[in-house]
Amino acid sequence: MADQIARANGQPPMLTVEGLKTYFFTDEGTVRAVDGASFEVQAGKTVGIVGESGCGKSVTALSILRIVERPGRIVAGQILLRRPNAKAPVDLALLEAEGAEIRAIRGGEIALVFQEPMTSFSPHYTIGNQIVETIQLHQDVGKEEARNRTIELLRMVGIPNPERRIDEYPFELSGGLRQRMMIAMALSCNPKILIADEPTTALDVTTQAQILDLLRDIQQRTQMSVIIITHDMGVIAEMTDDVIVMYLGRVVESGPVDEIFHQPKHPYTQALLRSIPSIFAEPRTKLPTIAGSIPHPHNRPTGCPFHPRCAEAMPGICDRHEPRLRPISEAHFASCFLYHEPEAAPPS
Amino acid sequence: MLTYTIRRFLLALLTIWAISVLSFAIIQLPPGDYVTAYIAQLASSGVDVTPEFAENLRQQYGLDSPVYVQYLKWMQQISRGNFGRSLEWRVPVLDIIGDRLWLTMAVSVSAVLFTWGLALPIGIYSAVRQYSIADYIFTFIGFIGLAVPSFLLALILMYVGFRYFGANIGGLFSPEYLQADWSLGKLWDLIKHLPLPALILGTAGTAQLIRIMRANLLDELRKPYVITARAKGMSELRLILKYPVRAAMNPFISTLGYLFPFIISGSIIVALVLGLPTIGPLLLRALVAQDMFLAGTIVLFLGILTVLGTFISDILLMWVDPRIRFERRE
Repeated sequence: MADQIARANGQPPMLTVEGLKTYFFTDEGTVRAVDGASFEVQAGKTVGIVGESGCGKSVTALSILRIVERPGRIVAGQILLRRPNAKAPVDLALLEAEGAEIRAIRGGEIALVFQEPMTSFSPHYTIGNQIVETIQLHQDVGKEEARNRTIELLRMVGIPNPERRIDEYPFELSGGLRQRMMIAMALSCNPKILIADEPTTALDVTTQAQILDLLRDIQQRTQMSVIIITHDMGVIAEMTDDVIVMYLGRVVESGPVDEIFHQPKHPYTQALLRSIPSIFAEPRTKLPTIAGSIPHPHNRPTGCPFHPRCAEAMPGICDRHEPRLRPISEAHFASCFLYHEPEAAPPS
Repeated sequence: MLTYTIRRFLLALLTIWAISVLSFAIIQLPPGDYVTAYIAQLASSGVDVTPEFAENLRQQYGLDSPVYVQYLKWMQQISRGNFGRSLEWRVPVLDIIGDRLWLTMAVSVSAVLFTWGLALPIGIYSAVRQYSIADYIFTFIGFIGLAVPSFLLALILMYVGFRYFGANIGGLFSPEYLQADWSLGKLWDLIKHLPLPALILGTAGTAQLIRIMRANLLDELRKPYVITARAKGMSELRLILKYPVRAAMNPFISTLGYLFPFIISGSIIVALVLGLPTIGPLLLRALVAQDMFLAGTIVLFLGILTVLGTFISDILLMWVDPRIRFERRE
């Protein structure tokens, strides 16, 4: 799969996640938050990861940065990051989680913006203090220089009066401004990849649009790769080049955004798209929903994890065999037996 | 912030006044007065006391006037820096309290330093490595520390010290310095004697603070700003000390004001057991003897120290937590 996309683009991907498994070992049992996720992020492209709550989107992001908290742990898989001036990519999954190498990548090469603009800054320090700190962690610059750069960043993300705002505390700012500050902090060290975990979920609609515009604008200017994690299909449609659909810790479908929206293959993707409200819909009709709810993490179904909720489930196949991510077309993959036969031996 | 500080200060003065009234009232509460106690003491040693003699004494000490007059006289004297004479010791109250007040402060401060110095790192460690073996061990020791009365701890340590090390633990000075004037040698002697009372007085507080720190920090560690800081690439130790620990400090600072009176009143029995020349036993004795100027002055001092401590902790809190600073900026 990696080879195929690489050929299509003529360039190896910026980030390759291969068979990533992140499990949480709790007293009640093992929760397989991410269970064999594979995808790629191309340089300068925006990838959307979409799925219901609890499908492992956020844990995937935390796994890439290696900041999964105990009792969670990466148990298998590779996270290959292409680095400038290095021949072979580095496997982040193998690095020491608190070591210097991964810490240089965190915030330096891969930056994170996440969904809680209210609480993602510490209320005890000024915004400036927290951004300057990031710059000084990764770059050998003095306080004065870092401060000037911070003011420049704040101006870039559209914050009025950056010279004054830099010395304000997070609780003096609105949610939208705070999220802009967060983006400024993420951009402060010119990352190659920006992971935005539900960047607009906590904001009102107008502010959401502004933040998405800002992200797109910055992405075009800096040519970094962006991973947007969301459950909002609208955000996906507006922002991304490629889409990854996750269900219960697995990638069930992936492909270019147009193909996903116009020719969704996996029944789960189809159901997700059906449940978007449309302005063309008949008034007072019920919005289609996906039957059932996400299974309890300790009680995963056998076979295809989606089969109990799937309208097209084939008894005897979907509940017995585990589907794999297989190509549908050149860049479009789905993990469903509607499109390929199960392998010969069912898992015992 | 300045307005706020000034207003706080004025309120503190008002509180101190209220404390003076209250402490005077409390001292007046038990039936009888100093003369009653004095006469009872004389009678028990076989001296015959006539009612006239008692009446003379009452007049001499001003005990025959109404309570509020006594209070006003007392306050008038205090405003001139005269805290009255101890009825029992027959010397100015300040002469009795003098050294003892400073020694009490020394013992209390070293107990607080011991408490904080031990509780903060252990609390932080217990929270960061929650449910580790060390966490369980600290929890276990902590609960024992909380459950054992400190005077019992004092007795045990004295016994162990005497039985196995031949050391006479107790007091704050070696015999040769007991009556000596203050010198560097005496100060060093004091410093050498401080750790044990600090340990005994600080153990319960330490155990308590470890639990508080652990619980506070566990709450803070789950907050998103910790993930943000981690995602920046900060090292774990620096991150924890800069962000969640600072947030978890608030309750520590806000209880600073109560620490001092808590240690003094909690230390009376320990001070008696260890023979510490502190305020605690003096207060107890003054109360028993109904030596009202001495008792009143001590209670007043304790009250002032509490108010002062609270005032300082409020100011510190504003300094540490910008949210409080902004709330109170009017």
